[in-house]
Amino acid sequence: MSPILTITDLHKSFGDLEVLKGIDMTMQKGDVVSLIGSSGSGKTTLLRCVNLLEDFERGSIELDGEAIGYRHDGGERRRLSERHIARQRAMTGMAFQQFNLFPHMTAIRNVMLGLTKTKKMAKDEAYAIAEKWLERVGMIERRDHFPGPPPPRAIAMNPRIMLFDEVTSALDPELVKEVLAVVRDLADDGMTMLLVTHEMRFARDVSSKVVFMHHGRIHEEGPPEQIFGAPETDRLRGFLANSEM
Amino acid sequence: MNFSLFLTELWNARMNLLAGLGDTVLISVASVLLGTFLGVFVGLAMTYGNKPTRFGVRLYIDFLRGTPVFVLILACFYILSVVGLDLSAFQAGVLALTMFCSSHVGEIVRGALKAIPSGQTEAAKSIGLTFGQTFAYVLLPQALRQILPTWVNTATEIVKASTLLSIIGVVELLLATQQVISRTYLSLEFYLFVGFVYFILNFLIEQAGRAVERRISIP
Repeated sequence: MSPILTITDLHKSFGDLEVLKGIDMTMQKGDVVSLIGSSGSGKTTLLRCVNLLEDFERGSIELDGEAIGYRHDGGERRRLSERHIARQRAMTGMAFQQFNLFPHMTAIRNVMLGLTKTKKMAKDEAYAIAEKWLERVGMIERRDHFPGPPPPRAIAMNPRIMLFDEVTSALDPELVKEVLAVVRDLADDGMTMLLVTHEMRFARDVSSKVVFMHHGRIHEEGPPEQIFGAPETDRLRGFLANSEM
Repeated sequence: MNFSLFLTELWNARMNLLAGLGDTVLISVASVLLGTFLGVFVGLAMTYGNKPTRFGVRLYIDFLRGTPVFVLILACFYILSVVGLDLSAFQAGVLALTMFCSSHVGEIVRGALKAIPSGQTEAAKSIGLTFGQTFAYVLLPQALRQILPTWVNTATEIVKASTLLSIIGVVELLLATQQVISRTYLSLEFYLFVGFVYFILNFLIEQAGRAVERRISIP
């Protein structure tokens, strides 16, 4: 089976600061990969590169065999057109740390916007899909309310891969449980997911693979039992000792 | 104060005053509409333009905002005719007020767009919206809510500034009133009256603005 996501030698700098120093990673369909590591290790930047919210200078990202963001034109690397990139962005779904919900739209309209504008669906079809997802995450009764808890805006787009950027860090404990339950439910459903998380217990329970990043590189990776049970490097041991389990 | 005499003269002058009021409304509506249209582009250029564009537009805004409207009106009327652009007093006045309005609206639009968190644009991008769609469905609706109260304020400023057109001979409400006064000598009565009419005009604009604000507010 060919991988759904292939990241090869990914480099990304902000000015003089190199944040990603050559990342290689592959994910198969249905994989749930957790990115862990201290702040500034490059986890979120990696996620944002996959969603093309950041440009990257070197390396490539392939989604379902399609190179995203750039094309090579006789040895020259060129950024794809804005329209092309917009289409590729919709192939991945991003759940943001601050959610970034559209405050002027009701919960269901938040979910419908991408369906009607990007996927060009008819209103009633989009409404039905949005309703289905609100139902699934237990928000159906808040359908016509202005967003409080995060509606499933990204997931309803039926992306090839879902990206979660520390979605639980801005929530109160009650909602954390609910959101994690939804993520777990999606994992059981076979959704391919790449998540940045500080919830180590959750990462251990839900992931098929855990990747520990440090200073812009993948420092150690493996199945959760190995990463949490038998960490090989001192750095990872130190990180885990300081994290809440 | 001779009240019955005032009423008689007011009735006699009704056609002239109504024509003046009509001109005031026409000047204000035209300036606000044209100025807002232009101002949105000024604001967009300030927010998304490249450096030279932003510099040019900044200069435009600062120059217009730093110049008295009165001077602007005189400039449009006298200077433009020198360079061969022959505008009527009415046209010159509307041009001056339009430019004045556009600089204010430009600044309001820039501020409103800037106040929207960058996460909104990112979230819109991330569900695959293009720049145009992001602007139309995500940024503009949020910016409009910010813009409205200040925009209504600008509209009332324009109504008040329209009185300055009397100086270049546009017979708007103030000049029409002054003509009546010079015939009747009832200066106190008619100035009080015209002040009240301007108050009513602006009061109506503000009430309409508030009503719209209530309708579109985010709970």
